Amino acid sequence: RKTELPEHLKAYKGVWVFLEHDRGHVHQVSWELLGSARKLADTLGAEVAGVLMGGPDEPLAQYAQEAFGYGADLCYVVHDPVLKGYRNEPFTKGLTDLVNRFQPEIMLLGATTMGRDLAGSVATTLQTGLTADCTELNIDPVSRALAATRPTFGGSLLCTIMTLAYRPQMATVRPRVMSMPKKEATRSGRIVEVEIGFEESSIVTKLLDFIPDASSNKINLAYADIIVSGGKGMKNADNFQLIWNLARVLGAEVGASRPVVQAGWVEAERQVGQTGKTVRPKLYIACGISGAIQHRVGMESADAIVAINNDPNAPIFDFAHYGIVGNAMTVLPALTEAFRSHLAVRSRAGAAAA
Amino acid sequence: MHIVVCIKQVPDSAQIRVHPVTNTIMRQGVPAIVNPYDLFALEEALRLKDKFGGRVTVLCMGPPQAEDSLRKCVSFGADDAILVTDRAFAGADTLATSYALASAVKQIGKEQAVDMVFTGKQTVDGDTAQVGPGIAKRLGLQLLTYVSRIVEVDLEGRSITIERRAEGGVQVLKTALPCLITMLENTNTMRFASMPAMIHAARTQVRKWNKDQAGIEDVEKIGLKGSPTVVSKVFGPTPRNEKAEMLLVEESSLRDVSLNLIQRLFTRHPIIEQELLERQSA
Ligand SMILES: Cc1cc2nc3c(=O)[nH]c(=O)nc-3n(C[C@H](O)[C@H](O)[C@H](O)COP(=O)(O)OP(=O)(O)OC[C@H]3O[C@@H](n4cnc5c(N)ncnc54)[C@H](O)[C@@H]3O)c2cc1C
Ligand SMILES: Cc1cc2nc3c(=O)[nH]c(=O)nc-3n(C[C@H](O)[C@H](O)[C@H](O)COP(=O)(O)OP(=O)(O)OC[C@H]3O[C@@H](n4cnc5c(N)ncnc54)[C@H](O)[C@@H]3O)c2cc1C
Repeated sequence: RKTELPEHLKAYKGVWVFLEHDRGHVHQVSWELLGSARKLADTLGAEVAGVLMGGPDEPLAQYAQEAFGYGADLCYVVHDPVLKGYRNEPFTKGLTDLVNRFQPEIMLLGATTMGRDLAGSVATTLQTGLTADCTELNIDPVSRALAATRPTFGGSLLCTIMTLAYRPQMATVRPRVMSMPKKEATRSGRIVEVEIGFEESSIVTKLLDFIPDASSNKINLAYADIIVSGGKGMKNADNFQLIWNLARVLGAEVGASRPVVQAGWVEAERQVGQTGKTVRPKLYIACGISGAIQHRVGMESADAIVAINNDPNAPIFDFAHYGIVGNAMTVLPALTEAFRSHLAVRSRAGAAAA
Repeated sequence: MHIVVCIKQVPDSAQIRVHPVTNTIMRQGVPAIVNPYDLFALEEALRLKDKFGGRVTVLCMGPPQAEDSLRKCVSFGADDAILVTDRAFAGADTLATSYALASAVKQIGKEQAVDMVFTGKQTVDGDTAQVGPGIAKRLGLQLLTYVSRIVEVDLEGRSITIERRAEGGVQVLKTALPCLITMLENTNTMRFASMPAMIHAARTQVRKWNKDQAGIEDVEKIGLKGSPTVVSKVFGPTPRNEKAEMLLVEESSLRDVSLNLIQRLFTRHPIIEQELLERQSA
């Protein structure tokens, strides 16, 4: 099989990030990807470009300015009425055209419902390789190819995948897997306006409506700074209230392991792990969670992990930073009260000092 | 209405173990199952058949043993089962897989035109969610991913309206048939197979197609040869070198353990305490 890069593909240069936006804001995963793209491009001595596609009235130039702050050198901006609201067909055509015209060597997209829909379509149209849900992106020193690492079999193994003989090399990355780059507000870059020229009449699929999730429904687990998570060790839905109580005191989001979601104690959006959300909070408190690999892959990059489990040999203690060995049903109320009083005392002290 | 449902046979991942020394997958004794996500696609297709009549064909690319998974689908109510199986398909990545499956769908369409192709959202082994979009692009079908509900099908008008999960909400899309749908999980409940249906399934002939019967036009596009991605390394995760700082409840009061934890945590991570205090005052 082919592993040599054909001559005509050697001209492909630069690292692209598809900047995903919808109804007025850019998805944070796009900024995270710009951080990764910057590192790859610096290794290659290449430029980072953002791709912004949207309707005529969407503030794409403003998004581009933000992208420069996060590390982009330039942005390709396409305004077209057919690009208002995501649809597979015009976005696939548009992105494919851009790739063929400007020839990037690497293209990264968020592993969101939009990014995966688009990445799979574009990679097939371009007949190139696409690596899904990567957790690490590097440049292979020998081939100078993108070495994309992804967990397999639920995280028990990792594999590194490369696309050697085709361009661009494509990869998707889940939100929160890469760290957020620092923003340099004064950084600037170039905007390249591109015309695509589509006819609405040539596009078969119509977007009839968008029904936003009810705000009570907006569980933003992936981007929560503090998460209190409960597992099957909580035994029943009533005990699970103890998780909510601690979360309330900390202003935290509530997370859960898969069996808890399957038992219906909490919504599916709260599941952390391989088949749930990847989270990256500053603090993750896991109560009655054994620490199975499928759960671990979703939360192990938290800055501080506290585990409460009555089994001193639970696997979670192998990667938690702090462990409390005890019955969650008695530890949680005590911990909740201790946090409450500590914070009350400290904030009074702070107020007195001010 | 003629619907093709693509199903993959996968190892029951709940039972997969990795050899701690060699870092290889220990498949021995691990049962093979229909990819759980694909059952939501099959159920949705069967519901459309219940409503509009017609046929459901299940299609799988895999080793000869994958026949069992196809039979399982027949026991749920699929009318016809096709296994695309040939050594030449080995080592396929998603680009090569979607080429092979798209060719097979085309062949199936020669017997009876296909109105819809269904796939699952993703598999539990490869887990890429790339094969559905790949098949759609190769066949020029309208692509509808992460579908949570089929709102309406108008067979006369050849149109379909669906709801699809997007970031922060649900998109309502209307498109033309034929189309390809990747079905979201937990959107329906799989029916049970009746005893007679199981007996029927056991007797059903699964049609086996080699690469020629599957209509493969370009052998350069299948298997390892047709796969642009190259797996360069497989390795185990790096263990964390420091163990957790352990606090034992038996050794002191719950209150002391809690305060001890809070003190250690906030000393090492002052930023967490700072943010909590800011939030309290806000
Ligand atoms: C394909 C696949 C995908 C999966 N995806 C995910 C995923 O995304 N997320 C996920 O979480 N799981 C996932 N799983 C399931 C995963 O393998 C584990 O089964 C699951 O994480 C276990 O959940 P748990 O820790 O809550 O329950 P258990 O493993 O049952 O652990 C309960 C823990 O609670 C402790 N405990 C019991 N009583 C008490 C008490 N009174 N006080 C304190 N501790 C107590 C026990 O010691 C034990 O450690 C997946 C599995 C498969 C096969
Ligand atoms: C650990 C691991 C990691 C991999 N990583 C990548 C990668 O990053 N990029 C890449 O291109 N390939 C990758 N592959 C190869 C890829 O898994 C295979 O190409 C596989 O045949 C199909 O992909 P999938 O399992 O990800 O399916 P998905 O794209 O997740 O499947 C979506 C749907 O397509 C249908 N479908 C998928 N396969 C079949 C089939 N054989 N027969 C019938 N219907 C099917 C099912 O309805 C399924 O629900 C990986 C394989 C493994 C084992």
